[in-house]
Amino acid sequence: MKYIVCLKQTPDTAELPKITPEQALKGNEGVTKVMNPWDEYAVEEGIRLKERFGGETVAMSVGPDEVDEALKSAIAMGCDRAVRLWDEAFADSDYWSMALILAKGIEKDGGADIVLTGKMSVDGNAGAVAHGIACKLGVSLLTQVAKIVEVGDGKITVERLLDEGRETVTAPLPAVISVVKEINEPRYPTFIRIRKASRAQIPVFSAADLGIDPAQVGAAAARVTWTNLVKPEPKKREVVIIEGDTPEEKARKLLEYLIDVEKVL
Amino acid sequence: MTILVWIDHHRGTVQPASWEAVGKARALAGDDKVVAVVMGQGVDDVAQQAIHYGADATYLYDDAVYAEFRYEPYTAAMKDAVSENDPALVLFPATTRGRDFSAFFACSADLGLAPDAQDVRFEDGKVVAKRPVYSGNMIATVEVKTTPAVVSLRPRTQPMPEADASRAGEVVRKGALMSEDEIPTKVEKFEEKEQGEVSLTDARIIVSGGRGVKGPEGFEPIRELAKVLGAAVGASRAAVDAGWISYDHQVGQTGKTVRPDVYIACGISGAIQHQAGMRESKIIVAINKDPEAPIFQIANYGIVDDLFKIVPALTEEAKKRLGK
Repeated sequence: MKYIVCLKQTPDTAELPKITPEQALKGNEGVTKVMNPWDEYAVEEGIRLKERFGGETVAMSVGPDEVDEALKSAIAMGCDRAVRLWDEAFADSDYWSMALILAKGIEKDGGADIVLTGKMSVDGNAGAVAHGIACKLGVSLLTQVAKIVEVGDGKITVERLLDEGRETVTAPLPAVISVVKEINEPRYPTFIRIRKASRAQIPVFSAADLGIDPAQVGAAAARVTWTNLVKPEPKKREVVIIEGDTPEEKARKLLEYLIDVEKVL
Repeated sequence: MTILVWIDHHRGTVQPASWEAVGKARALAGDDKVVAVVMGQGVDDVAQQAIHYGADATYLYDDAVYAEFRYEPYTAAMKDAVSENDPALVLFPATTRGRDFSAFFACSADLGLAPDAQDVRFEDGKVVAKRPVYSGNMIATVEVKTTPAVVSLRPRTQPMPEADASRAGEVVRKGALMSEDEIPTKVEKFEEKEQGEVSLTDARIIVSGGRGVKGPEGFEPIRELAKVLGAAVGASRAAVDAGWISYDHQVGQTGKTVRPDVYIACGISGAIQHQAGMRESKIIVAINKDPEAPIFQIANYGIVDDLFKIVPALTEEAKKRLGK
C-alpha cells in the first residue's frame, strides 16, 4: 500500500492576526511558517495507515524552497520521504490548478492507494483541494473523515462526521480522504526522527517534469482572482456596563436591554 | 440571468442556510429566474418549500440513488440542472455538505469557486463575492471569471426570507441519471446525533463558556441558561483544550465561526483568536470578573461579576420574563 499526504505550509495560527493585507498579497507574510495545523491530522493518519496495513507514506507539497521545512516536519513525524513540486509558473494558481499540480505529482511518484489531506488551510480557508485532486485523478472522494475503519480488498471504509450524525461509507481504492480533527492526536517527532528529517533530500519536480503546460496553471489560468484584501472592520460598539446591588438585579437589567431595547430574545 | 440554488437537506430535514441562499438569490435575480435544485428520495415537500421561500421553480431529482448525499449521483444531477437552466450563478449554502458538494461540482465542471462567502453580487456582469480568509482575520474580495460562477454562502450572513405558502411554481421532476451499479460509493450506516442540541452555526442565540467556568461541571449553569433561551452552547479554545467540553462546541479561529443575534460570553477573556470566530455577532454580552478582559472592548453589554452568580440569576430571570 502507498499513502501520499498532500500538505501546505502556512503561517502559525498564533501569527495570523498579525499579518497585514499587503504582506498576504505579496505572498510573504513575514511570520513563522509551519505545516498547516489541519494537515498534521492527515500526516498522522498517513503514518497510522502504514503502521496498521503496511506500506509507504510520502509527504507532498507545492511551493518554493522554504516549504522543505514543512515537508521535513512530516518526515520527523514518521513519513518515509517527501516530494516537492515547484515552478515559477505555479505561483498564484487557483484551487483547481493546485489540484492538477498535486494530481500530476502523485502520478509522477507512481500513484497512491490513498491520498490524504487536512480539512482546509488556515490561510486560504477554501477546503477544496482534496475535492480537486479526486476530480483530477478520477478517483473516490471521502471528506469529513473521523475514522478509517478498514482498508482491504481494494476498498476503504470510513466514518464521516455530518452535521446530523456519523455516517459509515465504503468506496473503492484509490481514494482521496480529507480528515477532520476528531480522527487522531498528532504525535510529536522524536529526537532521532528530527535528525533523520534534517538530513532528508527532497526531490523537486517542475512543470516540465510533471508534463504540465504552464498556461494551464498560475495566475493567468485562474478561474477566480482576489481583487481586494482588507482587515475586517470592527463593528463600533460602546459597552454598557450593567451595575446593580445583587446578581438578580444585574440579570434583570440585562434582560430588559436584550428583550425590550435590542429585541433579540 | 438565472440563478440556481442547491437545497441542503438530510432525509428531508432542510438546513436553514438553504433558505437564506434562496432569499439572496431572489434579491439578486429581480425579475429573472431563481431555480431551486433538490436531490433526494420522497422529498416533494422540500421542493414545494423552496418555492414558498422564493424560488420560481424546483428541479427535483427524486430516486433511491439520491437518498443519501454521494458525490457521483449528486454531481451528475447538478450538471444536468446547469445544462438545462444555463445559470449565471450557482449558489450553495456553506453548510458542511454544501461546501463539500460545491467544491467537487465546481472542479468537475471546471468552474470558479468562491467558498464560504459572506456576500455575493453581480458587478458589470461578473460575480463578485466577499469571503473571510486567514481564519477570519481578513476579508478577500473574489472575482469569479467563469460562467456560471459557483459560490457557497456562509450560514446566517443573509436574512432568512419569509415562507409564503401561496407562492406557486413549477416542479420539474427528474429521475436517476446513473444506476446504483454505476455508483461506487456505498453508505453502509448512519447514526444520528443526540437530539436537542442547537447547532452553533444556525443558532440565533449562543451562550459560551471559557477558562472562567473552571471545569466540566462549570458548563452546567451555562447549559441551563442555553436551554431556557433556546440557545446553542459555545466554548473558547481554552475550555476545549482543557477537556471540559468537546471540540464541536469551539468558537474561534480554529473552531467554528458564528454570527448569532446574541452571543453571551461567560468567563471568556476574548483573545483575538476567539474574536475571529464571533465578532460578527449582532449583540455581544460579556460576563467576566476581570474588568480589564479584552472581551469588554467588543461587547455591547458587560457585567463585571462572578459568572457563577450571574448566569444562574439570568436563568431564573429569563424563566420569569420569557414565561417558561
